[in-house]
Amino acid sequence: MSRSFTPKVITANALLEGDVIYWSPEGTWVRTLSSAEVFEDEAVAQEQLLTASSQPAVAVGVYLADVAITDDGPTPIHFREEFRTRGPSNYAHGKQVKLS
Amino acid sequence: MYQYNDFDAAFVAERNAQFRAQVERRISGALTEDEFKPLRLMNGLYLQLHAYMLRVAIPYGTLNGAQMRQLAMIAETFDKGYGHFTTRQNIQYNWPKLKDVPDILDRLAEVEMHALQTSGNTIRNVTADHFAGAAADEVEDPRPTAELLRQWSTDHPEFQFLPRKFKLAVTGSAADRAVIRAHDIGIQIVEKDGEIGYKIIVGGGLGRTPMIGKTLAEFLPKADLLPFVEATVNVWNRLGRRDNKYKSRIKITVHEHGIDDIRARVLTRFEQIKPTFKGVDRDLFAQIQQNFDAPAYRNAPVDAHTAMRLANPAYASWSDTNITAHKNDSYAIVSISLKKHGATPGDASADQMRVMAELAETYGHDELRISHEQNVILPHVHQSDLPAIYAALREADLATANIGLISDIIACPGMDYCALATARSIPVAQEIAERFDELKLEHEIGALKIKISGCINACGHHHVGHIGILGLDRAGVENYQITLGGDGSEDAAIGERAGPGFSAEALVPAIERIIETYLDVRSEKAETFLQTYRRVGMGPFKAALYPDSKASAA
Ligand code: SF4
Repeated sequence: MSRSFTPKVITANALLEGDVIYWSPEGTWVRTLSSAEVFEDEAVAQEQLLTASSQPAVAVGVYLADVAITDDGPTPIHFREEFRTRGPSNYAHGKQVKLS
Repeated sequence: MYQYNDFDAAFVAERNAQFRAQVERRISGALTEDEFKPLRLMNGLYLQLHAYMLRVAIPYGTLNGAQMRQLAMIAETFDKGYGHFTTRQNIQYNWPKLKDVPDILDRLAEVEMHALQTSGNTIRNVTADHFAGAAADEVEDPRPTAELLRQWSTDHPEFQFLPRKFKLAVTGSAADRAVIRAHDIGIQIVEKDGEIGYKIIVGGGLGRTPMIGKTLAEFLPKADLLPFVEATVNVWNRLGRRDNKYKSRIKITVHEHGIDDIRARVLTRFEQIKPTFKGVDRDLFAQIQQNFDAPAYRNAPVDAHTAMRLANPAYASWSDTNITAHKNDSYAIVSISLKKHGATPGDASADQMRVMAELAETYGHDELRISHEQNVILPHVHQSDLPAIYAALREADLATANIGLISDIIACPGMDYCALATARSIPVAQEIAERFDELKLEHEIGALKIKISGCINACGHHHVGHIGILGLDRAGVENYQITLGGDGSEDAAIGERAGPGFSAEALVPAIERIIETYLDVRSEKAETFLQTYRRVGMGPFKAALYPDSKASAA
């Protein structure tokens, strides 16, 4: 019996700059959500979460975040995660600089 | 102004060297985040939503021109060219890189500044009335008292692992501009029969369980301050709950035990420890006080200011709102608004910081203050210099004439930066300020304090806003709760919740309805929003906020 599982990505902050990072299919940390690996299976997500958490000198505060799968790739479900993909709303600082 | 002594300088240098080594070991992987986190927090370094944030202490909000210039230099060299002044009279940098933080701390130490005790369960940066030393209504400058408390609490062995953080505020005036009734301990300098002493208030605080402080001592002789405050912290340190973070603050201890029980315990403890102080604290106070001597006031005519008021309506409007009476008749206190309509409350660019530093050096006896309302103060300005200051502020986009008005909003960083936030606060402040600027209503509305927090921790003091706004996460959508009638002054009150919250889109129209109601029901123009609210109560505002529920109830 499979219970419904919301797709997830693994995310954290980079140790050196604090920038938001995502775990990629290649098993590396990347800077954009579009390059993140999306997990649709809970067991795989948990296993990868352990692997991703084993690099304490790279990533801080590793966790799973819910996403929706769209034609444009994964998009955040919660507004907090959406802000994390972009940066603050009062200045064009953070990730949005490169995105635009 | 207070000068570091050798002990302070050596202490800060040692702590900075330790932290540099800790950062190196963290970057090399020798320290885990669990090991490193308490160390970085002790040095004011937080990991936020998009980046690290460094919180730098500005004790009792006082700094000089050289310090402000250094803050500007740090903003430019290590951050994105600006800094954010907070409701704790601190400055925060939103984008430092981990490896740069030890260098930033060294640069701060060059101007006798640091980021210690801006975080963690310690006694935090002592705050004070931002008009300290200048206000016409002051009994005594509160800063020597604040400095005495700072020196006593800094690295005090008993106070490094308290049940929770502990915040002290001091004012020297009956008109409370330091929100002392919302602090763990609030201290008011008072005069009784020609003797100066302290009124001690305990157990105030905002956050999840907001409380207005209660009077612990009506009049404490000056010499008893440190033993009395230490006795209070002792009592709380023993009784305070460490099992539940939400019940650990002294406000809960006071609430659970009752003020009379706490007072009895404090007095017993006070009698025990008073002899151990042996008067060293009094000698220290006398020494400290010398560093806070009033500046050498200048004697000159003030006609330039009077003439300019007549000639220039914009100047007259600015001087109506942004100038406060000084204890010297020829002087004025200038509040520089960091609340330009549409800008981020409390932010100043490096260029603006340098302009303010220069004005302080040229016209202001080299003194600057940061207010908990996130503005910058020139406390000692000769009135003849006001036109020149105004002109320089205009050039730097710092001459917004809105102190104390609806657009002079306190807003915490909220979910644009803060990892703890449940919703954003900055865009809300920006929209409200822009809307009322567009309506050209703010001078008509008069004195009104809006305060916004992005979560229940209440860094934006929303509970004591005349209109308070709290941003929450309601089922994955930002939602804003409105409280009315809060007051952070000597008549402190916690605001009352108006009803269900509003979506981000519905919020500004809701605020507009509150204001329309006020303009409608106020008895005369001189009756402020808060006075009107106290007279008519929640009823008319509630009806305006929730017209549908009124219709269905009718
Ligand atoms: S009130 Fe909440 S959101 Fe605002 S700064 Fe404090 S902790 Fe962050």
